[in-house]
Amino acid sequence: MNRDVRDVAVPQQSSTDGVHAERLYGWGMTSPSVADVADPTAVEQLAELVTGAGPRGVIARGLGRSYGDPAQNGGGRVVRTTSLNKILNIDIEHGIVTAQAGVSLHQLMGTMLPLGWFVPVTPGTRYVTVGGAIGADIHGKNHHSAGSFCQHVLSMDLLGADGQIRTLTPDTEPELFWATAGGMGLTGIVTQATIAFKKVETARIKADIWRAPDLDGVLAELAATDDKYPYTVAWIDCLSTGRNLGRSVLTCGDFAKLDELPAKVRKDPRKFAPLSLGKVPPVPVSGLLNKMTGRAFNEMWFRKAPVRKEGVIQGVGAFFHPLDGIMEWNRVYGPAGFLQWQFVIPFGTEDTLRQIVERISAHGAPAALTVLKRFGEGSPGYLSFPTKGWTLALDFPTNTPGLAQLLDDMDEKVLEAGGRLYLAKDSRMRPELLAEMYPRLEAFRKLRAEIDPHQVFMSDQARRLHL
Amino acid sequence: MKDSLGAPQSLLVLGGSSDIAMSTARKMAAARTKKIYLAGRPSQRLEDNAAELRTLGATVEVVPFDAAATDDHDKVLSQVFATDDIDVVLLAFGVLGDQAEDEKDPARAVAVAHVNYTGAVSSGIIVGQALKKQGHGSLVVLSSVAAERARRANFIYGSSKAGLDAFAQGLGDSMVGTGVHVMVVRPGFVDTKMTQGKEKTPLSTTPDAVADLIITGLRRGSHTVWAPGAFRYVMSGLRHVPRPLFRRLPM
Ligand SMILES: Cc1cc2nc3c(=O)[nH]c(=O)nc-3n(C[C@H](O)[C@H](O)[C@H](O)COP(=O)(O)OP(=O)(O)OC[C@H]3O[C@@H](n4cnc5c(N)ncnc54)[C@H](O)[C@@H]3O)c2cc1C
Ligand SMILES: NC(=O)c1ccc[n+]([C@@H]2O[C@H](COP(=O)([O-])OP(=O)(O)OC[C@H]3O[C@@H](n4cnc5c(N)ncnc54)[C@H](OP(=O)(O)O)[C@@H]3O)[C@@H](O)[C@H]2O)c1
Repeated sequence: MNRDVRDVAVPQQSSTDGVHAERLYGWGMTSPSVADVADPTAVEQLAELVTGAGPRGVIARGLGRSYGDPAQNGGGRVVRTTSLNKILNIDIEHGIVTAQAGVSLHQLMGTMLPLGWFVPVTPGTRYVTVGGAIGADIHGKNHHSAGSFCQHVLSMDLLGADGQIRTLTPDTEPELFWATAGGMGLTGIVTQATIAFKKVETARIKADIWRAPDLDGVLAELAATDDKYPYTVAWIDCLSTGRNLGRSVLTCGDFAKLDELPAKVRKDPRKFAPLSLGKVPPVPVSGLLNKMTGRAFNEMWFRKAPVRKEGVIQGVGAFFHPLDGIMEWNRVYGPAGFLQWQFVIPFGTEDTLRQIVERISAHGAPAALTVLKRFGEGSPGYLSFPTKGWTLALDFPTNTPGLAQLLDDMDEKVLEAGGRLYLAKDSRMRPELLAEMYPRLEAFRKLRAEIDPHQVFMSDQARRLHL
Repeated sequence: MKDSLGAPQSLLVLGGSSDIAMSTARKMAAARTKKIYLAGRPSQRLEDNAAELRTLGATVEVVPFDAAATDDHDKVLSQVFATDDIDVVLLAFGVLGDQAEDEKDPARAVAVAHVNYTGAVSSGIIVGQALKKQGHGSLVVLSSVAAERARRANFIYGSSKAGLDAFAQGLGDSMVGTGVHVMVVRPGFVDTKMTQGKEKTPLSTTPDAVADLIITGLRRGSHTVWAPGAFRYVMSGLRHVPRPLFRRLPM
């Protein structure tokens, strides 16, 4: 570009400048649609983008880490927030941060960890936005001890269908606040939020890692460790059969205290060094695997895990976001893409959990390793996913033979057990199941009809599931 | 919306009494397709098809539609798209004609061309625009192996399908980047009411088999589907057979 031209004043921009047609899909790279995508750089542009949306409406999109179609809107408008990425205020003393909706958790960690504060909840990837974390009311390894993301949101600003911004807190506007928490973008666009962080002495995790020989073993171990560790998760091998069915590796821990760090690390205890992965990626990417090599890999992976190792010091990246070290790993599944299936079922329905693990193992779907966790009490979010119980999340390449029927059958089992599927991961459930899984769906619909009678906020997922 | 496993939720059939279309609709309705529009010339068969699909749990609307009445297409089809997103449109209408008679009577020959080609151009353009507005969706066009190379025995039908086939391919190209997918299906001899009483040719197949290939093609996002698949190779061979020999082939 000619240097002289660059400094010439640019004419006043309209908020629809730069709006362009783009093919969008979720992290699973399935069911794309084309929408007019806007990348606003200032909050002032948002009102016009919403009120001027055409008949097919508008939806917010963050970093597109949801697996299916919630952050796309075929034939309509999509407002991508990733350029609204300013941290607006930091209260260092109390660990309270106000950030624009497009700020990523990665950015928040990089800024706040050196100051001794950590995000209250992190999912299995740091590359999600504050808006996306609210839209799906995300959970992390600490759900049993800390609840979901929105339970740490003190206030948020929401741009509604009328183009007005309202400040919502759980006390002053509980209805709209909790409809937006987990509302998958259908109540409006969150422009910024104020979040209470968690105080940490260091940026390292002190983890205990050990094996459980089978499903009963891992369930018992997880149940027994709820009070012991704020962060727990089990990776369970869903390809092993017979005696080994459900064998797992548990990874549980908490942020290390300063005096627990080795002397070398103690000099810079709150350094955020996310990319320091171990030599072997702790998690295999199952797309690289077919059923045979999947079994072989799992065998190796399980044998490699320590029978029991305590006090392992790990970085935030290795402990919370093992897959973030492999950029764009979603592409390894090839053009057919993949999906994730995640459910929660209540405690006491372990029989169903066993049947599901057996069914997956028998089907031989190359869902190599899957994540098992315990949820604590749910949040008041109308469509928030977590409720007290067991949650299991698995990846499947979409070209797995018989997958549609397998998942339909397992959906039924989940429903029978009183459980539900996670909207941030769903890309294929039968719409009829949703109301049964989410008893507050009707109330959500009613509220939405009041605040947005013309359904200005609309997504492919909302169309697919008749949300 | 199509889901991540490629299963559509809504279907519009143009030529709702077609046997191939009905086999396809039946299979789709048994899975996720619970909203179906059957557009066609009013008939008992059309109503019966609608009734059968309803027993499979689908909500079915019958829409009066005549492929030959191109002036009405916009009105009829716009109404459908105004009510619902349509994930898949299956363009299935067509007439075989009677080659011997049609060769003698230009009006009859034109009628075949008018339905198979002109009617498809008219409705195809409208459907393409409507799908583009949605930003997603597939248009499946039932062409024919006869489109690949016109034969002495049915060149009026064959040429109309050749025109349709070229039109559909071009339409597909024009839709790149819009989220719209156009799939051309080229069946050989299919055992349906269209071919009733006609002698089967080699590689003949059934409406159910064609339906399976259509559903797989939709899932994969294919641009061309041969039914049966072997025709891809047969036709790539026949394409270059010298004319005097081609004329004498029993097909
Ligand atoms: C590897 C990986 C691991 C994951 N692990 C977990 C996990 O452990 N726990 C968990 O809960 N989730 C997990 N997820 C899912 C992820 O946390 C959620 O899908 C999250 O919503 C993604 O955020 P995003 O910014 O990418 O949002 P997008 O995917 O872009 O959008 C998600 C939803 O939020 C809405 N939204 C986005 N921005 C706004 C806004 N400004 N205002 C209103 N609504 C908005 C969108 O409309 C959409 O409905 C994981 C995903 C991946 C890829
Ligand atoms: N069968 C084969 O061997 C074969 C092979 C290759 C390609 N195809 C093509 O596949 C498609 C479906 O054929 P099929 O085998 O299912 O035969 P079919 O059952 O006869 O279907 C064709 C349908 O087109 C409808 N139609 C004819 N004229 C119409 C008009 N003016 N307006 C609206 N609809 C009209 C007919 O219904 P009404 O008469 O009730 O209106 C009929 O139901 C056709 O395009 C055909 O050319 C068939």
